[in-house]
Amino acid sequence: MCENCNGQFGTDEQKEKLINYISKNKDVDGGIIAIMQEAQSIYGYLPREVQEIIADETNVPLSKIYGISTFYSQFYLEKKGDFHISICMGTACYVKGSGDIMNAFRSKLGLSGEETSKDGRFSIEATRCIGACGLAPVLTVNDNVHGRLTVEDVDKIIELYKSKEV
Amino acid sequence: MNNSFKYNLLVCGGTGCTSSDSEIIISTFKEECKENNIDKEVKVTRTGCFGLCELGPIVIVNPGGYFYCRLEVKDVPSIVKEHLIGGNPIKDLIYKETIQDDKIIAFDETPFYAKQNKIALRNCGVIDPGEIDEYIEHDGYKALDTVLNSMTPDETIAVVKDSGLRGRGGGGFPAGLKWEFTKNNESSQKYVLCNADEGDPGAFMDRSILEGDPHSIIEAMTIAGYAIGASKGFVYVRAEYPIAVTRLQSAIDVAVETGMLGNNILKSGFNFELEIRLGAGAFVCGEETALIHSIEGERGEPSYKPPYPAESGLWNKPTLINNVETYANIPVIFNKGAKWFASIGTEKSKGTKVFALGGKIKHTGLIEIPMGTTLREVIFEIGGGIPNGRKFKAAQTGGPSGGCLPESLLDIKIDFDSLTSVGSMMGSGGLIVMDDSNCMVDIAKFFLEFTVDESCGKCTPCRVGTMRLYEMLQNISSGKAVIEDLDKLEALCHVVKSSSLCGLGQTAPNPILSTLQYFRDEYVAHIVDKKCPAGVCADLLTYTVIEDKCIGCTLCAKNCPVDAIEGSVKKPHIIDVDKCIKCGICVDKCKFDAITR
Amino acid sequence: MINLKINNIDVSLPENSTILDGAKKLGIKIPTLCHLDLCDLKVVNQVASCRVCMVHIDGYRTLMPACATKVRDGMVIQTNTSEAIAARRTVVELLLSDHPTDCLICEKNTNCDLQTLAAVLGIRGKLKYEGKKSTYPIDKSSTSIYRNPDKCIVCRRCETMCSDVQTCNVLSGVNRGFDTVIQPAFEMDLNTTPCTFCGQCIAVCPTSALTEINNVDEVWSVINDKSKHVVVQTAPAVRFALGEEFGMPVGTEVTGKMVNLLNKLGFDKVFDTDFAADLTIMEEANELIKRVTDNKNLPLLTSCCPSWVNFIEHNFSDLLYMPSSCKSPHQMFGAIAKTYYAEKENIDPKDIVVVSVMPCVAKKYESSREELSHNELKDVDYVITTRELASMCREAGLPFTDLEDMEFDNPLGESSGAGTIFGSTGGVMEAALRTSYEWLTKKSLDKVDFNNIRGLDGIREATIDIDGLELKVAIAHGLGNARTLLNMIKNKEAEYHAIEIMACPGGCIGGGGQPYHGGNPDVISKRRDAVYNADKNKTRRKSHENPSIKKLYDEYLGDVGGKKAHELLHTTFKSSKK
Repeated sequence: MCENCNGQFGTDEQKEKLINYISKNKDVDGGIIAIMQEAQSIYGYLPREVQEIIADETNVPLSKIYGISTFYSQFYLEKKGDFHISICMGTACYVKGSGDIMNAFRSKLGLSGEETSKDGRFSIEATRCIGACGLAPVLTVNDNVHGRLTVEDVDKIIELYKSKEV
Repeated sequence: MNNSFKYNLLVCGGTGCTSSDSEIIISTFKEECKENNIDKEVKVTRTGCFGLCELGPIVIVNPGGYFYCRLEVKDVPSIVKEHLIGGNPIKDLIYKETIQDDKIIAFDETPFYAKQNKIALRNCGVIDPGEIDEYIEHDGYKALDTVLNSMTPDETIAVVKDSGLRGRGGGGFPAGLKWEFTKNNESSQKYVLCNADEGDPGAFMDRSILEGDPHSIIEAMTIAGYAIGASKGFVYVRAEYPIAVTRLQSAIDVAVETGMLGNNILKSGFNFELEIRLGAGAFVCGEETALIHSIEGERGEPSYKPPYPAESGLWNKPTLINNVETYANIPVIFNKGAKWFASIGTEKSKGTKVFALGGKIKHTGLIEIPMGTTLREVIFEIGGGIPNGRKFKAAQTGGPSGGCLPESLLDIKIDFDSLTSVGSMMGSGGLIVMDDSNCMVDIAKFFLEFTVDESCGKCTPCRVGTMRLYEMLQNISSGKAVIEDLDKLEALCHVVKSSSLCGLGQTAPNPILSTLQYFRDEYVAHIVDKKCPAGVCADLLTYTVIEDKCIGCTLCAKNCPVDAIEGSVKKPHIIDVDKCIKCGICVDKCKFDAITR
Repeated sequence: MINLKINNIDVSLPENSTILDGAKKLGIKIPTLCHLDLCDLKVVNQVASCRVCMVHIDGYRTLMPACATKVRDGMVIQTNTSEAIAARRTVVELLLSDHPTDCLICEKNTNCDLQTLAAVLGIRGKLKYEGKKSTYPIDKSSTSIYRNPDKCIVCRRCETMCSDVQTCNVLSGVNRGFDTVIQPAFEMDLNTTPCTFCGQCIAVCPTSALTEINNVDEVWSVINDKSKHVVVQTAPAVRFALGEEFGMPVGTEVTGKMVNLLNKLGFDKVFDTDFAADLTIMEEANELIKRVTDNKNLPLLTSCCPSWVNFIEHNFSDLLYMPSSCKSPHQMFGAIAKTYYAEKENIDPKDIVVVSVMPCVAKKYESSREELSHNELKDVDYVITTRELASMCREAGLPFTDLEDMEFDNPLGESSGAGTIFGSTGGVMEAALRTSYEWLTKKSLDKVDFNNIRGLDGIREATIDIDGLELKVAIAHGLGNARTLLNMIKNKEAEYHAIEIMACPGGCIGGGGQPYHGGNPDVISKRRDAVYNADKNKTRRKSHENPSIKKLYDEYLGDVGGKKAHELLHTTFKSSKK
C-alpha cells in the first residue's frame, strides 16, 4: 500500500513520530503493547506496514506483534470510518435495548458486521461496557458520548455526523 | 474542607456525568460566580462519582446537601442567582426524592444513600481527586505512615488477615493469605499489581474509585509493597477508562513529588515505585495470569496454576495481585482497625461490597452496602424498584461468570458464599435487574456471546465449548431445538465448568445453568411452544397489525426505523415482514394495542 | 519422595513429578494431546490447554490436567470417574466438531493422534456437536511444508517448536476465542516468512495441520520413465529410523533392507549419501585446515544442514563468510552423479535423475536452490523423506521386515564410519576432526572416538589437542541454541575454530522428515545410539580412507579443494533478511 506514491506507508512525520517513540521505549520490559497503542494513535490502525516498522525497530518478531494485534480488541488492522460508532454492549445497556440500536445502525448504514461503510464515513462496533451504565443504552462516536438512547435517535445521530468534518 | 467559603459545590466528574457535560457545568459555574462577584464565596470542586449515575450530571450544594440532578448548562445561571445569591434552592431542579412534604432533605437521607455504608467509596464524591491535600485531610496516607514507621511487614499482614478482607474481584480469596504467601516466597525482586482491568459488563466501581479516589490505591499498594517486600508496582487499567488513567497518573506524579512514592517514603527508608500499564481490550486479562502476560507484553492468555503468582508471577517473580476495590479498603482497615472492619458484614464475608446497579431499576448507579444486605433491600429500597410499573423477574450478579436469581431468592443475604451456593457469583459487583420484558434464554445467550467473544482460545472447552453452547442457545431462541437438547446443553455446561483452564471458562456456563435452574419453563416455551414469552427472541416473533383495532393513525409507520409499515391515513396498516427488524417500537408507540407479536 | 494414590494404588514419585508421570509408572494410560516433553532435548510444550488428560483429585473444585499438575503428598487421584471420562470424551468431541472429517483421505490417516484418541475414547457414530467450523486457506507455497490450518487443534506444539526451541518465530497464536489458529504473521505464505523449513513443526504436529509437501507421485513417475536413469541416495539418518515405520524397535539399523527396498521399487542404482558425506569431509577438513593455518575467517561453520543455512541467511547476514563453502553431502552427490558417474557409465547427464531420501523436509527446498546445479542441471531432482519412502514401500506392497539385506551399488555406495555419524548431532564435527587430525599432524589417529563432543546437550564445546594445536570446537543443535552460540561469537564472548550446527534437535536423526516420534523422549537417543554403533562396526572410520573417495579424486576431481572440486562441490550464500 502506498498513500503518498513514494513506496512508503503513511507520512514521514508519522513514521518519525513512531520511530522516536520506539527508540525511547523499546527497552521497557513488556512495552511492546504500549508501542502498538502509540502506533495506532499515530496511524489510526495497525496495517502490516506499520507492524513491520515496529518489528524492525524493536526486534520483536512480526509474528508475535501480529499475534498481539489480533488478540486485543482495541487494535484495528483495518481503517475505521471517519466516524467510528462504538455501541456499548454491556449488560446494563443490553437489557435496555442496545442490541436494537445496533441493528438499527446496521440497517440504516447498510452494514452487516463491523466493516466500514462504502463511503468511508462510518464504522460500527460493539464495545465492552464503558461503565456509563447510568446513561444506558450508550454509545460513543469517536470521543463523543451519546446516552439514554432509543432506536429513534439513530437517524438523528447519523444526520449529526453525516456532513460533519472529521 | 475550607470553611471560609459560603457555599461548597461538589460536581461529579465521573465518566457518566462527564459524558453529560459536567466539565462544562463546572466551568460555567465558575464563570457565573465570577461575573456575579461571588467567586470568593463559592468553591466549585470536581469530585468522583456520587453513585446515582442515573441522574447525572449531578451537583451537590453544601451546606444543606442540596442535590441538583440532570442539570443542563442553561440551568447554571439560575442556580447561581436564586440559590447561591438569593438563598433559595430551586426545587424544580432538585432530586424529587429529597423533597418531602415541601421540605428539602439532604441527599444522604434519601433511601438510596441512607442504607449504604461507604468504605471503599468513602472519598468518592467527597474530595477532589486531583488534590492530594484533600485526600490527606480525609485521613489519607495516615495508614501508610503508621505501617511504614511503626509496623513490621508481618504485623501489617496480620492486620489484613484479621480484618477478614476477601478479594473483591471475583473468587473472594482471603487477601491477607495472598499477602502472606507472596511475602513468604523469597526473592530479591517482587511485584505488587493492581487489577484495574474491570471487565464485567455493567460493573464500574473500580473505574469510579480510580477516578474519585486514586490516592487510596497508591497508598494501599505501597502498604502492600512494604508488607510483601516489593519495590515496584503496576496498575493494569483498561485503556477505555481515559479519565481514570489521567487522574491516576497525575496522582502518582503528585505522590512522587510529595514523597508518598519513590525513595525513602515518609522518611521510613522504604522505596516503592508505581507504573500504569494500559490494557488493550481483553476481558480475560482480568484473570491474574493473563493480566501478568499482558503486562509482560504477550497475548493475554492465562496459564496453568500452580505456580500461583505469589510464587512465580510477573517475569517469574513472586507477585501480589489484588483488584482496585480490595485495595481501596486497605487504608481504612489500618486507620480504623481490623476489628472494626471485621465487625461489618457476615461471618465469612467481612466489610462492604460495592455494586453497580443497572438494568431495569429506578436508581441506576453505584452503591456500597454491608455484606449481608438482602437482594430485596438493594433492589427495592436502595434501587427504588422496577420502573414503568413492570414486574421484577431476575437479578443478575457476577457478570458473565454469574447467574440470574429469581424472585424467590430475593431475601438472600448477599455475600461471597451465599451467591455461589445459589449458582451465581459475587464477581466484581455488577447487579443487573431484569423485568418481565427480558427473556432469560436471550440473557443467557447474551452472556455466552460475550464469553465466546472474550475467550482467549487457549483451551478446548472454552474455545470450542462456549461456541457450541452459544449455538445451542441460538437454536433454542430461534425455535430449532428439540427438548432433548436441554440435557445435552446442561451436560456440556458441566464439562466446560469442570475442565476449562481458567476462571473465565470455568464460570462461563453459569448464566445458562442458573437460568435453566430457575427459568426452565422459559426454555421449554421456546422449544415446545416455539414462543418467546417475553417477546424478545425475534425469530419467534411476527409483528402483525390487528385490522379491527388499527385506526390508521400512522404513528407506527412514522416511528418504524426501517420503513417496514405501510398504509394510508385512517386505513389499517400493514407490516412488511421482510423489512421488519422486530425492534418493537411500533408496539410501544401504538395507543390502540393494534399490533401483536 | 511424594506419596499418593492413583486409582487406589499407592505410588511414590520424586518431587516435581506430574500426575501423568505417576500414571505412567503404574501403567495407567491417560490420553494426552498437547503435552510434549522430549526430556533430553529440552523440548517442552506444557501448556495444559487441550484438556484431554483431565482427572479427578479429591478435594479439588474442578478436574485437573494430569500433564501439568504436580503431585503432592497425600493426593488421592481417580483417573476414571464418570465425570473425568465424560470430560475427556467431550473435549475430543468438541475438537472433532471443529475439524474436517476426511480421515480416510487425510495425509495422516492411521498416523494421527486425534484420530487415535477418538478411537480410544470410543467416539462412534454421529458427531455429538455440530456448528461453525474454522476455514482457512491451505498454504502449499513452499517446496517443503504443507500447512492446512483447518486441521489445527491449537495444541501450540508447533508454535513452541518454531518460536521457543528454534527461535524462528514464524508461527504464532493468531486471533482469539474460537478463531484462534496458529499462523504466520498476516497469514503469509511460508515462502515469504523467515521459515527455514526445518520441519520440526511437522515432527510435533499431532494432526495433519502440518505435513511435508509430498513428492511420492513424481518419484513413481520418474522411476517408470524408461528414458531416465534414476539413481537414489539415502541420507545417513534414514536407515536408523525407517524400521520404525514398519513396527521394528526404535534404534534398529535397517540399511540392508532399505537398499533391497529401493532396488525393488525400481531405482536403477541405489547409492549412499554416506559416501558423499565422506566427500564433504575431504573438502571441509581441507577448508578448516586452511582457515586455521591462515587464521582467517574463523570460526568455520558447517553448512550441510539446509535449514541452518537458511537460518544464518535470514538472521546473521553479516556472518555469511563463516559457513564452509561446501555443498551439503546430497548436493555433492548429485553433482558427482551427473558428472563423474555419468562419464564413467557413459550416460547423458540429462537422462540421469537423482532422488534423495532424506530425514529432512528442508532438503526439498535446498534441492530447488538455483545455485545448486551444474551445467544447468539440478544436482538433485527429487527429495523424499523417510516417511515418504515408507509410504512407497506400503504402496508397493513390499514386506519390509522380511526383505533380505542387500549392499549399495558402486562406485557411489561405499562409505566410512565418519560418513555414517553425520546423522547425529556432533557427527560432522567428529568426522572432520578424524581427518583434520591426521592431515595436520601427518600421524595416524588411533582413538577415533571423540566422546567429549558427543551427547545431547544443546551446546557443547571442547578443546581438541592436535599435536600441540589447541583446536576449539563447538556444537549446537536446535536453531535456538545456534542463535545463542552465534550471538556469543558476534559479541566476542566466545571464540572457536570450528562449529557444527544442525537445525533439528538431535541432528538429522531427529529431522522433520523422520518417522513421527509421537512425543516419545527415548526415540532420538535410541536412534543416536544406533548411529554410533554402526560407526563402531565399520572397518574404515575416517573419510579420507574411503577407497572410493580416493578413486574419485584420482580419476576425476584432482586435488582436494582444487578447481574441479570447487566447481562441483562448493557453493555460495546470500543474505535474505526476512
